[in-house]
Amino acid sequence: MQWEIVIGLEVHAQLSTQSKIFSGASTGYGALPNTQACVIDLALPGVLPVLNRGAVERAIKFGLSVGATINSPSIFARKNYFYPDLPKGYQISQYELPIVQGGIVLIQIEGGEKIIRLTRAHLEEDAGKSLHEDFHGMSGIDLNRAGTPLLEIVSEPDMRSSAEAVAYAKTLHSLVRWIGICDGNMQEGSFRCDANVSVRPCGQEKLGTRCEIKNLNSFRFLEKAIDYEARRQIDILEDGGVIRQETRLYDANKDETRTMRSKEDANDYRYFPDPDLLPLEISPLWIDQIRSSLPELPQIRKERYVSELSLPAYDATVLTNSREVGDYFESTVKLLPAQTKLCANWVMGEVMGQLNKEGIEISSCPIMPAQLAALLTRISDGTISGKAAKTVFESMWQGELGKDVDALIQAKGLKQISDDVALEGLIDQILSAHPQQVSDYRKGKEKAFNSLVGQIMKATQGKANPTQVHSILKNKLEQ
Amino acid sequence: MNTLLNASLKQLSSHLANKKISSTELTTEFLNRIHELNSQYNAFITVNEEMSLAQAKTADTLLASGRASPLTGIPIAQKDIFCAKGWLTTCGSKMLSNFVSPYDAGVIERFNLIGAVNIGKTNMDEFAMGSSNETSFYGVVRNPWDPLAVPGGSSGGAASAVAARLAPAATGTDTGGSIRQPAALCGISGIKPTYGLVSRYGMIAFASSLDQAGPMAKSAEDLALLLNVMVGFDFRDSTSLQRDAEDYTLDLSKPLDGVRIGLPKEYFAEGMSKDVEAAIETALDEYRKLGAQTVEISLPNTPLSIPVYYVLAPAEASSNLSRFDGVRYGYRAESYSDLGDMYRKTRAQGFGPEVKRRILIGTYVLSHGYYDAYYIKAQKLRRLIAQDFADAYKHCDIIMGPTTPTVAFNLGEKSNDPIQMYLSDIYTSAANLTGLPAMSIPVGFGDKHRPVGLHIIGNYFREAQMLNVAHQYQQATDWHQQSPL
Repeated sequence: MQWEIVIGLEVHAQLSTQSKIFSGASTGYGALPNTQACVIDLALPGVLPVLNRGAVERAIKFGLSVGATINSPSIFARKNYFYPDLPKGYQISQYELPIVQGGIVLIQIEGGEKIIRLTRAHLEEDAGKSLHEDFHGMSGIDLNRAGTPLLEIVSEPDMRSSAEAVAYAKTLHSLVRWIGICDGNMQEGSFRCDANVSVRPCGQEKLGTRCEIKNLNSFRFLEKAIDYEARRQIDILEDGGVIRQETRLYDANKDETRTMRSKEDANDYRYFPDPDLLPLEISPLWIDQIRSSLPELPQIRKERYVSELSLPAYDATVLTNSREVGDYFESTVKLLPAQTKLCANWVMGEVMGQLNKEGIEISSCPIMPAQLAALLTRISDGTISGKAAKTVFESMWQGELGKDVDALIQAKGLKQISDDVALEGLIDQILSAHPQQVSDYRKGKEKAFNSLVGQIMKATQGKANPTQVHSILKNKLEQ
Repeated sequence: MNTLLNASLKQLSSHLANKKISSTELTTEFLNRIHELNSQYNAFITVNEEMSLAQAKTADTLLASGRASPLTGIPIAQKDIFCAKGWLTTCGSKMLSNFVSPYDAGVIERFNLIGAVNIGKTNMDEFAMGSSNETSFYGVVRNPWDPLAVPGGSSGGAASAVAARLAPAATGTDTGGSIRQPAALCGISGIKPTYGLVSRYGMIAFASSLDQAGPMAKSAEDLALLLNVMVGFDFRDSTSLQRDAEDYTLDLSKPLDGVRIGLPKEYFAEGMSKDVEAAIETALDEYRKLGAQTVEISLPNTPLSIPVYYVLAPAEASSNLSRFDGVRYGYRAESYSDLGDMYRKTRAQGFGPEVKRRILIGTYVLSHGYYDAYYIKAQKLRRLIAQDFADAYKHCDIIMGPTTPTVAFNLGEKSNDPIQMYLSDIYTSAANLTGLPAMSIPVGFGDKHRPVGLHIIGNYFREAQMLNVAHQYQQATDWHQQSPL
């Protein structure tokens, strides 16, 4: 039987506010345990939550970026359960009326784009951390993270493979960083995914029983966990078994998922509106202000790169992966508007390759867009070859000669011979020195042409302008 | 000394201003009195002479420097529900029997700011759940009018302290009648302002949408002075209201000519005992003499108040009290086998039976499958009750009735019958469900010479008018000046 995999994702994006969602304590990562937990985060008797406007603003930004409805009012609700790292005994979240409702995300898949529908996105607070190592027979509680603002983004079950799920997660990851609401740092847990996975026979409409896999904090784990889980469910069904609805954990070391809790053990969270927080009213004026402050969105920019800059869809996708890369490309291409593809190739190739190699962000790139444009200008005006340009690029990266392109070309003697007269004289010499190849070519042996080019390049130590060499040589041979 | 004990806040204030007495002397007087008599009433859980006297000293400096305000240097008894920095803050529970607050509640802060003196933390029903002050981990409080009678609750310690003249004034909190009912039963005055006027920050939550702090004192005039200190916006409480400051003493002397007093026929029906009714009728006659008119009104949903209240208040409480888990502060069971066992034993040992009962009710009504039938339904009915009052205020300016159906009952009389106990809030809980301001003033005595309270419910933000109405009555009568001593 052919099986179809059905996936929906719940993504927790940590919002990039300075302070927590309901208190003034810092959200900074990595502080000593419990040094960033104030009386409110500790849930001392009598304390009350006060909503951080910055968190609301970021949620609205997200909603507008995915074309969702911004609910006004939206309601904060208490999700009640006991756990030592949940100080109040309830998490303040949103239940019946979330701040963001609906919306879509477009993902790039083989053969085009696919729409992933969003169910909702709601604001909530993070819990603290339970530390089981380092404490003999006890657990430690660190409440620094308690109260960190999260936006939980819930998709419809619209994905059909782990690759689609990863594409969606990556698109979302890029979007939240693009609009500046989340730093996207997955190691620090700023962007975490839960995957709801089910399978059904191809052609069946009814969804299979789903399992939720919790806390996938890398795209690779997301992919592997889904693949494992889908295989597990298919194996059970093919053996005539049934899937039990449950929450599972992915063990990266063993590359498998295992039961965390079954549906029967699920908590009754006893959601009810939090009486300490009034319904959240958002004025149309505020929404308008936020809308007008939004940057050009990646999807729009991607379409513009294809339509206005004539870039292939692949290039447009790569260049809009992050706003910083897109802006870098844009600054470069602005100085060299006739060479959009050349700029794209260099940003995607040399620049990003070197950044990856050194593990640095484009914001710390030692070569500024204007300097890159100066280099590419020398390719496009024929001063140097693309190969020579790579040498110059490396020197610029190292900071040689103040990254002055022309000075580097001069110093390294990389200037191409583009003088027609000089090239013609040289080519004449080569032709008379290699009569055999000339006659071979004229008899129809195409290969002989390349051999002659090789001789010319050798004679000029590779500095002859290859385009000119081609046309002069062709002319002379066909005379 | 007696004149000092019975003095109004205005008089005390003027003694302090005129250097007839210092705050240190005044504070010492009351501390001595608490020492001498608290064992009889059990009105205070914590007295801390050192801290009180330190505050008195600061107040004396303020008074000397001429930067004093009306309540500078005056001892105020604080209900043990308010977190006060450096003070044991128990909320009447074993659960917090070791909790010394590291921070001040908004209310405490406002009193500290003007140099009032915290004279001690008053006894209360555990987590403010009770109508007789019998649920306190720290023992029952006695009604100064009759040691066999309950003082009412949950602010029973506060009411007893003021009535026994252990403090010139006190703070209370009111979730279903917890200021007004003990005020009535102890023959003092108390007001629960409009929801949102007094900060809930640092006031240990029972039912967040109903809880409101207010003053308890001998007279309406005293209450006005106390409200001037207590009311004010606090950004740390999202339900706190941002309004222009109001001087609640300004309207006290207004004549009552033409004031329309609404008398809900549902309040003057069966349920009210004869002795209470007689005192209330006499008070209403007095009001007519003062120029007010009385009109019959109807609050048809009155019978719903108690059931609605006993769904919503426990629902919120069950969640509010989840933080008392033995993990970070407060009581923790001495021995346990694992995390679940620690939670169970801590909460089983740390909470008393009434608190457990309400946590159970609240957990039940919020549970999957019951939520709509109880919680959602109660919220809808809550709006109906509010609509009753909105309709009523088209025909009157202020509403009056009995604060409680009977005078103070005996200790132990209802403690095994929660339903009977809950019914003592029958007239008071509607003000919490609607957020309306309401107060109680003494209007005489009923059976066994136990006090009767007149319940005055105002429209939203009409505290000044209510205090005016109460003050005019207190100018014409002397019930509020009677003391059990």
